[in-house]
Amino acid sequence: MKSNRVLLSILGWVIGFIIFFPILWMVMASLKTEIEAVATPPSFFFIPTLENYFVVQNRSDYLNYAWNSIVISVFATLLAILIAVPASYSFAFRPTKRTKFKLVWILSTKMMPPVGVLIPMYLFYKNMGLLDTHLGLILIYTLMNLPIVIWVLYTYFKDIPQEILEAAQMECDDLLKIFLYILLPLSKSAIFSTSLLSIVLIWNESFWSLNLTAFEAAPLTAFISSYSSPEGLFWAKLSAASTLAILPIMFLGWVTQKQMVKGLTLGAVK
Amino acid sequence: MKLRVLSDYPAIVVLFIWMLGPLIATIYYSLIRYNLLNPRIKGFAGIENYEFLLTDFVFTDSIYNSIQLLGSIIGITVVLGLLISYLLDQDLYGGRLLQLVIISPFFVMPTVSALIWKNLLMHPVNGYFTYLLGLFGLPPIDWFADIPLGSIIIIVSWNWLPFAVLVFITAQQSMSLEIKEASKMDGAGHLAFFFQIYLPHLGKAIGAVVMIQMIFHLNIFAEIFTTTTGGPGTQTTNLAFLVYRKALLDFDIGGASAGGIISIVFANIVAIFLLRMIAKNMNSD
Repeated sequence: MKSNRVLLSILGWVIGFIIFFPILWMVMASLKTEIEAVATPPSFFFIPTLENYFVVQNRSDYLNYAWNSIVISVFATLLAILIAVPASYSFAFRPTKRTKFKLVWILSTKMMPPVGVLIPMYLFYKNMGLLDTHLGLILIYTLMNLPIVIWVLYTYFKDIPQEILEAAQMECDDLLKIFLYILLPLSKSAIFSTSLLSIVLIWNESFWSLNLTAFEAAPLTAFISSYSSPEGLFWAKLSAASTLAILPIMFLGWVTQKQMVKGLTLGAVK
Repeated sequence: MKLRVLSDYPAIVVLFIWMLGPLIATIYYSLIRYNLLNPRIKGFAGIENYEFLLTDFVFTDSIYNSIQLLGSIIGITVVLGLLISYLLDQDLYGGRLLQLVIISPFFVMPTVSALIWKNLLMHPVNGYFTYLLGLFGLPPIDWFADIPLGSIIIIVSWNWLPFAVLVFITAQQSMSLEIKEASKMDGAGHLAFFFQIYLPHLGKAIGAVVMIQMIFHLNIFAEIFTTTTGGPGTQTTNLAFLVYRKALLDFDIGGASAGGIISIVFANIVAIFLLRMIAKNMNSD
């Protein structure tokens, strides 16, 4: 049995290595010189250099795009949480006959394919001067993530025992106070991890960001795609920019994998 | 009931507007003649845009490509996902770390994965795959010229395989240990266990993974936008990319909207099944 476990572990790690290889290879390329990055046969041993990371900033103003990604994902998340918390709270603690229907309906809005509404949104944004603005993307991402945020928060709130709420109501009949001083502290970590999930999803979203931004408000997804033009083909620099764009969010992703399942399967899998 | 501050109204109202506004607008645009470049093209078009679109070979190609993308990606991710999640369930050395390693690609943004694969791995001269093929004495493959759609399928599958793994792992955690132990005691081999216990238990999770991917992959865009821009010819133009091309490159708003409506209809068919499943799940709470 023991040797069996060893064999299976080796198999598992080989598969893991293959799956992870593109990321590993990218990080390695980001530490090479441009010549080493395109060398054939590929060079596995080289003297690492951080030069690419500096060049990426100098040549293409990487920080501008990173800043846009941060602003957009953080504010859209805050806005979504702000709208979602009261809603999830009332669904969880004051369910009515229609609560289930409302929850399912909310999820159904998430199933609208963006491509189906691209045209009116594009024209509307064009007329309102919202194209290539932070506000424009923040609004869309808030709406896009709202169903997921409501859903995940709802599943957390539902796990808070009703008795706590009832006991609190015996003491004090101001629901807002109960909410602020008892329920909110209890669900702090739930709200926090839901926010992280939302940030990860927004950070990587690349349908709206590619279609609605150009430079001013373009986040990292759009920045990376600018490397697809032939003159931008500097592999080491592309790799450095990509590494910077995904590493922070990958850590967040690892931390939020449980919420990720909850949020993306919309409660279909527990 | 005193507390109106804590209500679901804001959420319901904004989502209602977000859902209905653009939908009505898309239907409207799909029924008129509207070209951004030529304001003289105007008036009510009826089903003209749909007729025009449905008889356009680019459209039929794009439907065919969309279906191929959906089918292949879902097939690959579900089959490999099941095998890998089963393997991860086997108490491996460093299993928890291995799980993190395997789910990592899911957090790579689509534009990054597309460009890394296209250049660092699939480049016909300097790519790593070319080097690997060379080790075995095989000729290089010009991925995006020879099998453009296949290349995109590979990239998106790599991105989404971790999602399938993650969902299956979560679902199998609800399988009771007793079942596992009992079948081990009965001497059930891996094959028997996998097919008779593991698969049936994950039925629902597989359904969810399939349907969710159907909805998400209808919108595959960034990967195509950054690698092939729909080509060569129409070989990698899917429905999403066709709508983009018609609207933002050809400025044909009417035709693009008709394409949008068709994708909404398709997504809704899938969504009905998915929502039913979710509603059922809520009842069983």
